[in-house]
Amino acid sequence: MVEVAFFVGAIGALGGAISVIALRNPFYSVLALVVHLVSLAGLFLLLYAQFVAAAQVVVYAGAVMVLYVFVAAYVGGAEEPLWEPIPGQRLLAPLLAAALFVELSIAVLGTALTALGDEGPTLGASFGDPASIGELFLERFLIAFEAASLLLLIAAVGAVVLAGRRREASDGG
Amino acid sequence: MAVEWYLVLSALLFATGVAGVLIRRSPLVILLCLELMLNAGNLALVAFSRSNGNEEGQVFALIVMVVAACEVVVGLGLIVAMYRRRLPLNVDDLRGLRG
Repeated sequence: MVEVAFFVGAIGALGGAISVIALRNPFYSVLALVVHLVSLAGLFLLLYAQFVAAAQVVVYAGAVMVLYVFVAAYVGGAEEPLWEPIPGQRLLAPLLAAALFVELSIAVLGTALTALGDEGPTLGASFGDPASIGELFLERFLIAFEAASLLLLIAAVGAVVLAGRRREASDGG
Repeated sequence: MAVEWYLVLSALLFATGVAGVLIRRSPLVILLCLELMLNAGNLALVAFSRSNGNEEGQVFALIVMVVAACEVVVGLGLIVAMYRRRLPLNVDDLRGLRG
């Protein structure tokens, strides 16, 4: 049962990822990324990460993807030219990616960490629920939590500064 | 299900993201491929958290999601600014900073 769920999620995640880089229209790429993110949320549920899965669906597949859809619709689907600045780039890039995958797999499968070969310890029902994650955030990782909120504020201000209309600047040239 | 499976899937997703960044030219799609790589990292973090029976990896994954959201906001702001100034939305044509 768990195996079936894993392979369904893995096929969804991988198919979404390949569609993101293969589809020519950026709008469809964004929609493929939504499929990828929802499949990943399913995999997180299999790994007992309930809160992370919920945040993934609400924050990522919900909010961030809406932002992407708006920008993709605003900018429009620009056709990418077939001209290549580096000869053979389209051929070499997948080769490099395949080499990276083989290296990472060797690192994962050849490791001396024997605990990776089984499915991990038996966990209680409270593992990864909002209460325990919140406790960690407010006690052990309080500084990271506050830094994250500051980072979000700075990013919001930065986006307004970057993308906002500046009348004086456009008048003065 | 052994944790190794999740780690190999995470490596595969990361490699897909790398291939996308190298192949595509549109800054919007490159941002999407960065998301793919960050999510592959998240999957590995959550898998290690499961393997250790420790929730700290999940906290790391949540912080990575915050950083990804910030990166998206700033990146999309840049893309909108580029579009307003009628700059080409193609990373090969934007070579003004190249030495």
